[in-house]
Amino acid sequence: MSGVISVRPKDLPFDESVVGHLGCSGCGAFVAVRLALKILGDQTMLAIPACCVLATTCFYPQVPLKVPTLMTAFPATAATASGIAAGLRHLGKKKEITVVGLAGDGGTADIGIQALSGALDRGDQILYICYDNEAYMNTGVQRSGATPKGARTTTTPGGQRGMWESSPKKDLLSIVAAHGIPYAATSCISFPQDFMQKLAKAAQVEDGPSFIHVLAPCPPGWGYASEKTIELGKLAVEAGVFILREWENGEMKVTRKLRKRKPLAEYLKPQARFRHLTDEEIKAMEEEIARAWETIS
Amino acid sequence: MSPAQPLHQGRLIPHFPGGTVRQKTGSWRIFRPVLDVEKCNNCLLCWIFCPDGAIDREEKWVTIGLDFCKGCGICENECPTDAITMVKEGK
Repeated sequence: MSGVISVRPKDLPFDESVVGHLGCSGCGAFVAVRLALKILGDQTMLAIPACCVLATTCFYPQVPLKVPTLMTAFPATAATASGIAAGLRHLGKKKEITVVGLAGDGGTADIGIQALSGALDRGDQILYICYDNEAYMNTGVQRSGATPKGARTTTTPGGQRGMWESSPKKDLLSIVAAHGIPYAATSCISFPQDFMQKLAKAAQVEDGPSFIHVLAPCPPGWGYASEKTIELGKLAVEAGVFILREWENGEMKVTRKLRKRKPLAEYLKPQARFRHLTDEEIKAMEEEIARAWETIS
Repeated sequence: MSPAQPLHQGRLIPHFPGGTVRQKTGSWRIFRPVLDVEKCNNCLLCWIFCPDGAIDREEKWVTIGLDFCKGCGICENECPTDAITMVKEGK
């Protein structure tokens, strides 16, 4: 892939690369997949492990994705993408075809992290996209490493003892950036220009792996009405919960700085998974966010 | 069809090109998006944010394909000119 890629809506291709999938109505992950395939074009090969996208697309005899797709084992996304990249290098097609590993947050932060770390360490020419819906959604909302503190999932159901998710969200970008790769970034589907610009940058990296972590709200898992997918993604960024950052040339920078953060309650209240939080708990979380912003800037 | 045909030629297993056209997910819909073409300014935000790729771009405004629209309502929520309204199916 070469040349400047325009991310203006009017310049994007008309062709739909994913049509007729069985994802839930209002699915955030499919917004990410659609936009990603619009930027990457049809010269793309996907490696997908067990995740929402695989569970809602890959049905015999037809696959809604119009690019070659390899379904792989849960921990092996990055290893599979590495293998495809090695094969393409051998065929001399390394520059023509973008190899993309596409996995959910569980398949990246928990189960697939070893293979991801290996691929990043080897410096294989792959683009890894992690769409983050903050739990294992297609198996019924179990907690993952990327589930934020205080969230209710089916394995952290709360109750009288207050057994809600107790550990904070894994900082995937810092883990990935610690490998010293050329490009890594976080983004959110609610900011499509930002997401597509970062994707275009990542696809144009020529000397190693690149990584995109994109927040994709999930209506049944987070517990909100399906039309609010984009709105909640925006609120997550504007309340400072999810920080849009970029790792490039050995430097981490915040790409969307907030002059004034929105109140956290605005983001938490519409979601059923945070409904149990008291005002004091929300205040404590807000202070934690303020501390996180201080440390990064 | 002879049994000697190798599988990889695809003779024994029926196969289709990528992009599903057989599963029409429009039947999941409870609310249907209706576009007011006079209010539409063709900003394409609904086209960008549609998870199902159900919206088509035209010269002056968008059109909504109901074959794959699941009626999630993102387009109504995100439309800056309120050109899209959700109407209950069957009315």
